[in-house]
Order: sequence, then structure tokens, then C-alpha cells
Amino acid sequence: MRNDFRARNHPAYWAFAVHRVSGVLLTVFLPLHFWALAQALQGEARLESFLRWTDQPLVKIAEVGLVVLLAAHMAGGVRLLMLEFLAWREWQKTLIAVATALSLAFGLAFLLNLL
Amino acid sequence: MGTALSVLHVRVWRGTESGEYQEFQVPRLESQTVLDVVTHIQRKLDPTLSYRFACRVGMCGSCAMTVNGKARWTCRTHVASVSDEERLEIGPLRNLPVIKDLVTDMAPFFDKWAAAKGQFRGSATRNDDFARVSPESRQRRLVDESIECIGCGVCYSSCDVVTWKPDYLGPAALTRAWTLVNDVRDVDQRERLTAVAGDAGCHACHTQMTCTERCPKKLSPTAGIAGLKRAVLSAALKGEI
Repeated sequence: MRNDFRARNHPAYWAFAVHRVSGVLLTVFLPLHFWALAQALQGEARLESFLRWTDQPLVKIAEVGLVVLLAAHMAGGVRLLMLEFLAWREWQKTLIAVATALSLAFGLAFLLNLL
Repeated sequence: MGTALSVLHVRVWRGTESGEYQEFQVPRLESQTVLDVVTHIQRKLDPTLSYRFACRVGMCGSCAMTVNGKARWTCRTHVASVSDEERLEIGPLRNLPVIKDLVTDMAPFFDKWAAAKGQFRGSATRNDDFARVSPESRQRRLVDESIECIGCGVCYSSCDVVTWKPDYLGPAALTRAWTLVNDVRDVDQRERLTAVAGDAGCHACHTQMTCTERCPKKLSPTAGIAGLKRAVLSAALKGEI
């Protein structure tokens, strides 16, 4: 028999899930990123027209999501390194809170910079 | 037996790997534990119900079950702390073969303790003096943090990595290995680190920490597994394994 959601609903599992999902989504995004850079090989005009396309508000908002994903994945990774290499016990859940706060702060900073 | 406060609606797993939940109504009593509920069902309502318990005081580790979706030691779990509107769902531990009703086959669980080199082997004979290990030493303190494991299987049952990767040694076996890695008298250190360094060993842990969240003895298998990862890395860098 297998566990269901009830067994998994606790902060550290959510931290795992966010780390995993952000990692997968970033992996999916990476080819798109390389494709965008590759436009430069087709000449300056191609790249310029693509960059102008990214100036649309909806794309800008999507970029905030991307920044949050990157920040969440980074903060989650730092949390894991701290769990594995530092002495810890009671503050494991504080680490999750710090990681969440950091990633949201990065996203907010990026969003405010856009406005 | 005291006076019933109300009625508990209890769904209990009947069958083996396949089966279904059967509903019972049990008098709700003050300070009632989940094990009391199961015992009431077996003694008063249906003597064919199979379950396992021994000490009733949180020492033997034999009464663990899945209660409202979470693995728990039932003898020390009060109904008040887990019931959802006077409803309980009691099933066998997850990740282990179900023999019947609430009884699981613990053999795969303990086989993994053996696979993780969970046995102590010293070099002293009966003619030697006692080994002197200072309680203040760093390694003895690390042993203290995980030596209280009662082998109940709650962590193993809660672990998704065990579900996804059935070979995975699991939190309890790795915790046992970690106590022995810190036992200065043990002479099988190289073999033990080799045993826990493989694909099914400490590096398979995804740090979901459900083991640490659920351990009824408040131990942290995650901390022990992190310690094993460091020990394996250090031994590998030194060319010992």
C-alpha cells in the first residue's frame, strides 16, 4: 500500500516539491533560453526583433515567475547544502522559511524594478 | 472501563494487499489511545481482526499503523490528537507487504538493517577490560542522537523514496548504520560505509524529511543520513572506499 497526500503534507515535503518542480520547469525553459541567444547568430535584426517581442507586458510578468523559480531553486539548494553540511536540528523549519522568504524577495525586487 | 463520551466511527483495513475498509462503531472514552480502539474492536466486535502489539508503553515498536493517513505508534497516540470529527481510519503500515488486516511483514524492513551492516562487531575479547568511551566525546554524543530507535517502522512506512525505489535501505537502517559509524569500538567501518554508499544507500535520500516529521521518538534520520553522506564523501576522498 502507498501513502497519500495526508502523509506528505508537511513543510519539508513542500520544500522538496517546490525544489523539484522549479528544477523541472527551469530545465524546460533552458532550451528556450538557448534558442533566444541563438537568434544572435542569425544577425542583429533577428535578435533585436525577438528582444522587442519580450518587451510585452505579459512576457515581462512571465519573467517575474522565472525569477521566482530561479530564486526558489537556488534558495532550496542552499537549504539542502546547509542541511547536509552544517550542524542543525531545531532550525530546519526556519531554513525552509528563510528559503521561501529569500525567493519571494528576489521575485518582488525584480517586479518592483519592472514597474 | 469508563463511561462512553460519544461514539467513534472507525474504518479498519480488512484483507491483505487487496481488501477494503470496514466500518465499526466504538465507544469514545477519555484518554483513549488508537491501540485501545483496535483492541476494543477485536475483543468486543470482531475477533477475526488481526493486529500486533506487545508492550503498550512505547518501547517495543510493534504496534505501528497508519492512522488517518499518517504512520504512528498507536499505543502512545491518543484518539483526541488524531481523530477527525470522531472519525478514524486505521490501516497497516505502508511500503511493507500486508499479511492480514493491520499486520505487515517486517522482514524486508529488518533485512535492510542487515544490508546496511547494522550489526556491531568489535575486536575485544572477554579477557579484555571494558572499552572506555567518554560520554562527552563528539562521537558518543552523535550516537546519543539516534540510539533510541525502537524499530517501529514508522519512518520506513512514511518514506516516499522507499515507495519509489524499493531497494532503498530506508531511514531506520541508515540511522542504525550511523550510530555504528560513530561507535569507536566497531571494526567494520569500511564495509559499512561501502554498504551505505551504493545506489540504494544514503545518497538516494531526497531530504523530504517525512521520517523526521513522524518519528515517534523524535529522532532525525535525516540528520543521520546527512552524516553518512559526509562520512562516505570523506572516505571516498581518502581512497578508503
